[in-house]
Amino acid sequence: MNTYAENLFDENDKISLGHLFVEGQVDTRHGPILYMEDVSVSFDGFKALNKLSLYIDAGELRCLIGPNGAGKTTLMDVITGKTRPDTGSVFFGQTIDLLQMDEPAIAQAGICRKFQKPSVFDALTVFENLELALKADKRTWPTLFFRLTGEQRDRINHILETVGLSALQQARAGILSHGQKQWLEIGMLLMQEPKVMLVDEPIAGMTHQEIERTAELLVSLQGQQSIVVVEHDMEFVRSIARKVTVLHEGSVLTEGTMDEVQNDPRVIQVYLGG
Amino acid sequence: MKLIALGQDKTCTAVLMALAAVTFIIPFCNLVFPADSPLHFSAYTVSVLGKYLTFALLGLSLDLVWGYCGILALGHGAFFALGGYAMGMYLMRQIGTRGVYGDPLLPDFMVFLNWKELPWYWHGFDHFGFALLMVVLAPGALAFVFGWLAFRSRVTGVYLSIMTQALTYALLLAFFRNEMGFGGNNGLTDFKDLLGFNIQSEAVRAVLLMLSGMALIAAFLLCRWLVNTKLGRVVTAIRDQESRVRFLGYRVEMFKLWIFVFAAMLAGIAGALYVPQVGIINPSEFSPLNSLEIVIWVAMGGRGTLYGAIIGAVLVNYGKTVLTGLLPEIWLFTLGAVFIVVTVLLPDGIVGLMRRRLQGQQA
Repeated sequence: MNTYAENLFDENDKISLGHLFVEGQVDTRHGPILYMEDVSVSFDGFKALNKLSLYIDAGELRCLIGPNGAGKTTLMDVITGKTRPDTGSVFFGQTIDLLQMDEPAIAQAGICRKFQKPSVFDALTVFENLELALKADKRTWPTLFFRLTGEQRDRINHILETVGLSALQQARAGILSHGQKQWLEIGMLLMQEPKVMLVDEPIAGMTHQEIERTAELLVSLQGQQSIVVVEHDMEFVRSIARKVTVLHEGSVLTEGTMDEVQNDPRVIQVYLGG
Repeated sequence: MKLIALGQDKTCTAVLMALAAVTFIIPFCNLVFPADSPLHFSAYTVSVLGKYLTFALLGLSLDLVWGYCGILALGHGAFFALGGYAMGMYLMRQIGTRGVYGDPLLPDFMVFLNWKELPWYWHGFDHFGFALLMVVLAPGALAFVFGWLAFRSRVTGVYLSIMTQALTYALLLAFFRNEMGFGGNNGLTDFKDLLGFNIQSEAVRAVLLMLSGMALIAAFLLCRWLVNTKLGRVVTAIRDQESRVRFLGYRVEMFKLWIFVFAAMLAGIAGALYVPQVGIINPSEFSPLNSLEIVIWVAMGGRGTLYGAIIGAVLVNYGKTVLTGLLPEIWLFTLGAVFIVVTVLLPDGIVGLMRRRLQGQQA
C-alpha cells in the first residue's frame, strides 16, 4: 500500500526515470490520479475519517458506498479543500499536494464536485449558470471584461444538449425541478473540463428515466476523466460501477466488483448490523 | 420572465428621465427665471435636492454591496464621511487668511489649539486634484484593508455586519478627538470658496446640484453595466451560494473585496459632493445610526435593483425633511416603523410592489 508514497518522495526515482517535474501538471505515470493516504479527520473527538487510504486511477469510474456516517461526504470535503485532515496526505497525481491548496486552487487544478444538495444559482439563468462554470481565467479583471467566444458558446450549447436543458436555457435555475437542478449541476461540472469529478448522490429526486440517462452519461464519461460517485441506490451503483469501495466508520472496509462486495460477509454485517 | 424584464426597463428609464430632469432643468430654472416666476425653483429646493442626490448615490453604492453581493454593511456611512472629510480639508485650505485668526496656512481650529504647523496629512489638500484623488483613495484604502482582513478570514453574515458597525463607531470616536487634527467635535466648516467661486452663491449651488445629478447618473449606468458583466453574475452567485462559487474556482474574497472597495469609492464621491452643499462635515457623519439609515433607504426602495436604492433614498429623505420640520421628535419612530413595515410587508421594497402591480395589469 505504501509503495506509491515511497516513490513519491524518492528523489532518485525521478532522476532515474528521467522524469521532468512540470509545475501544475497532473502526473499520472503510475496509474492513480488521486492518492489519499492515512487520512484522519475528527470532529470533537468523533473520527469522521480514520486512517483512510484510497487510490483512484486515471479515467476510472469508482463508486463509494457505505452506511450513514461512514465518512463519504467528509472524504469529498478533504479532497476539495473544504476540510483539512488532522493527519495523512492527499495528492493529485504524484506531484500536486492538495493539502497545500484552497478550494478555488483545487477546482482550477481540475477537481470538481457536485454537492449532495443540488447547488445551482437560482437567481441566474441556466445558461448563465453554465457560463460561470466554464473553464476560463477566473480572476476578477478578466471576469469583468469577459466575453464569450463562439467556441465557448458552442461548448455551452453542447453541454445544454447533453444534460437536456436546451429548451430551458433562458429560464432561471430557481424554477427547475429537483432532477433538472441535478442535471444542471452535472452540466456545470462538465463545463469545468475536470480531470476528476466527485459526484455526491447524483440521482436523488430523479425520475426513473432521468436515472437511466444519468447512468448512461456517467458511463460514457469514464476514460476521459476519473469519476467518483457516492450513491445509496444500490441498483444504480450496480448499473454503472466497475469497482466499488465500501466505507465504514471512516476507513475502507473492502474494495471490489459489486458482486464481490455484496457477498462480502463484513459488508453484509455492516449494512444489516448483524 | 420577459414581462418583469420589460417592467424593470420601464421603471429604470423613468428613474433615469426623472434624474436627468432634476439634474438639468431645476438648476436651469433656478438660475434663468426670476424669483417671482412660477417656473422658478428656490435656492432651498436646489440645495435640498442636491443633498438628496448625494444620498441616492450613497444608497446606490450600498445596494451594490448588499443587494448584489449580500454583504450587509452597517458602516457604509464611514466611507461617505471620509470622502466628505477629504473635500472638507480642501475647502478649509481655501479659506486662507479669511479665517477668524487670519492664519494663511493653519485652519482656525488648529490656531485655537495652539498648533504651530500643519500636520503632514493636511499637506497637498490645497490642490483640488489631490483632494479629489483622496476623495476616492481614502475610502478605497480603508475598504481595502478592512475587506482584505475580513473576507480572507471568511467573516460573513451578522459578524461582518457588527464589525462594519464597530468600524464606523471607532472612526466616530477617533474623529471626535481634537488631537486627530480634523477639527474634533465641530468638524470642518465655515467654507468660503470652491475653485475660487463663492460656495454660498446660487450659481455654485445650482452647479453642485447638476454635478451631483451627473455623478449619480454616471454611477448608476456604470453599476448597471457592472452587474450585467460576468463579474456581476459571479457576485450575485456569491450572494446566493458563497461556498459553491469557491468550488467553481473563483476566489470569492477577491470578488467581494473588489466590489466593496468600488462601492466605498462611490460613497466617498457622494460624501465629497454632499459637504460643499451642506457647508459642514463633522464626526456625527460617522455615527452608526447614519449607516443604518442607508440600509433602510435601500430596503425600502428594493435591494438588488440599483434604481430602487435611488427611489428609496430620495423618498425617505423627503419624508425626513418634511417630518423633522413638522414634528422632529417622531422622526426616529417613523423611520423604525417604516423599516418594520417594509421588512414584513414589502420584502422587495417599492420596486417589488411596482413590479407586482405591473405584472397584475399585464395578466
